[in-house]
Amino acid sequence: MTTLSPPGTSRPADAKGPAGDGPERPRRRRILPDRLRRAGLPYLLLLPALILEVLIHLAPMAVGVVMSFKELTQQYIRNWDQAPWIGAGNFRIAVDVNAPVGEALLHSFLITCAFTVLAVSLAWLLGVTAAILMQESFRGRGLLRALFLTPYALPVYTAVITWSFLLQRDGGMVNHVIHDQLGLTDSEPFWLIGDNSFIALVVVSVWRTWPFAFLILMAALQNIPRELYEAAQVDGAGIRQQIRRITLPSLRPVNQVLVLVLFLWTFNDFNVPYILFGKSAPEAADLISIHIYQSSFVTWDFGSGSAMSVLLLVFLLVVTCGYLLATGRGRKSR
Amino acid sequence: MTASAKAAAASPAVSPTAPPRSFIWTRRIVLTLLALFAATPLLVMLSSSLKPLQDVSDRFRWIPTQVTISPYLDIWSTVPLADYFLNSLIVAGAATGCSVVIATFAAYAVSRYRFRGKRLFTVTILSTQMFPGILFLLPLFLIFVNLGNATGIAIYGSRGALIVTYLTFTLPFSVWMLIGYFDSIPRDLDEAALTDGCGPLGALFRVVVPAAVPGIVAVAVYSFMTAWGEVLFASVMTNEATRTLAIGLQGYANQSQVYWNQVMAASLVASVPVVAGFLLLQRYLVTGLTAGAVK
Repeated sequence: MTTLSPPGTSRPADAKGPAGDGPERPRRRRILPDRLRRAGLPYLLLLPALILEVLIHLAPMAVGVVMSFKELTQQYIRNWDQAPWIGAGNFRIAVDVNAPVGEALLHSFLITCAFTVLAVSLAWLLGVTAAILMQESFRGRGLLRALFLTPYALPVYTAVITWSFLLQRDGGMVNHVIHDQLGLTDSEPFWLIGDNSFIALVVVSVWRTWPFAFLILMAALQNIPRELYEAAQVDGAGIRQQIRRITLPSLRPVNQVLVLVLFLWTFNDFNVPYILFGKSAPEAADLISIHIYQSSFVTWDFGSGSAMSVLLLVFLLVVTCGYLLATGRGRKSR
Repeated sequence: MTASAKAAAASPAVSPTAPPRSFIWTRRIVLTLLALFAATPLLVMLSSSLKPLQDVSDRFRWIPTQVTISPYLDIWSTVPLADYFLNSLIVAGAATGCSVVIATFAAYAVSRYRFRGKRLFTVTILSTQMFPGILFLLPLFLIFVNLGNATGIAIYGSRGALIVTYLTFTLPFSVWMLIGYFDSIPRDLDEAALTDGCGPLGALFRVVVPAAVPGIVAVAVYSFMTAWGEVLFASVMTNEATRTLAIGLQGYANQSQVYWNQVMAASLVASVPVVAGFLLLQRYLVTGLTAGAVK
């Protein structure tokens, strides 16, 4: 859901540069009476988008920051402005790793990090492999592409509900294959509770996100001039060298954005664990979004839930800025 | 090399030397495995939706003992699926329509005008996309509840609230994608329209929008898919009357017995509109992404 795009990548807007603005300038001087109207018009066009984003995203976020400094428990939900201030109390509880709340949050955070690293690498790997293998046309390519993209096109809930059916302990397909048909395990493992739920989560998440990596990388591959490959072939470069010397370097700018997008999506994922495990995720698959959701809506303690959200926001900001600086994307766009 | 017409159009030249056999075999094996991974859940979804209840309650079986369409008939009465479907259609449709129009205006302004605060606008609007939904779910929930209490209008739980919320989810990415697309349309075109006496809006609607149809379609597909599939806000901000498919489908699992064949049938019914739309229009999505995002 959070299809995000890092702030540093708004290059297209600026990239047109002086050439694009050139022809406009002389006219603006020529038609003087229109100047005022023209100056106001862009703002007018932006106004609806701006109002909505401020109203639905920025204002609630500001409210959320305020809420995190309040003792906002159940009895204050209806009139939250009267909830008492408790300063940094919510934050102190959230980061106190020796107390149950802080310990659980840290655990959830670490699980989320491990899940994100694993799921993003796998999704990217599958995406780039499929995109490279399907760069040349062959019979059935269009059909295969449609098949690969379908998991991404499915609404997340139907995809995950289907997976939860496959992963049932007693009547599920996965256990039928590995236990009944292949005989790999002595007893049928549980997938939706216990430690295996982490594996289930990674598999389902990769199944859903790798087509997106595939789609983006495939689009990017089409922009690589074919002459490059032909020249490399003339010089005697094999397929492997072509991939290493031409394909992967050409994909670098796309990869920078893609990995960031996949990271933020996966890290913030709420849908997959929520539908796969229901309202109480097993400890091994307690992702941060679901953790905050539970600690807010199960206990109705919105104050501490908001404090956790703010901590999450700070973490994501730091990681994103660090990533953009490290990959040089931020510097370029400035 | 035999290639379908579509594939041949995508890659203009056929390579002078055919790829080595080892590559062909790697490709065959890897793509087969990937296809199995992608297709298995889809096949199970389809086959289970055609099985009698007995087949999905016991051990898993690949082949149904008998093929039946009764799950497709029963889904409508087990839960009010038609209502959920209609709710999803209204919410996703309205959110998409508004999102496309508003994003078109905003992207036109950014793409064609120089003004103070342009950079601030693009950065702000994109950075809102970075934040997890959970972050503003709680405040937004409280704002809607309190606003409803203050005005006496039922905002929380209404379709309108959900439409506006989904709209803001898709706006930033839509604006961003359309800026890229508009930038790729030669400015001479709308400059010419302006000198011919069109107003700026006339230039937008008569010249820029028609030239940007693929980008606009891509944005619409993306918006519709996002709104159709959203779960988190739907789980909190809908009530019995406004429930969308995302939450409604879980109704089959809340009964004392899980009617898995009906769950799968209902999942297919809920998926078909978006999957069909996506596969039909994916070409536009790729073009839109290449112009906007992948530049």
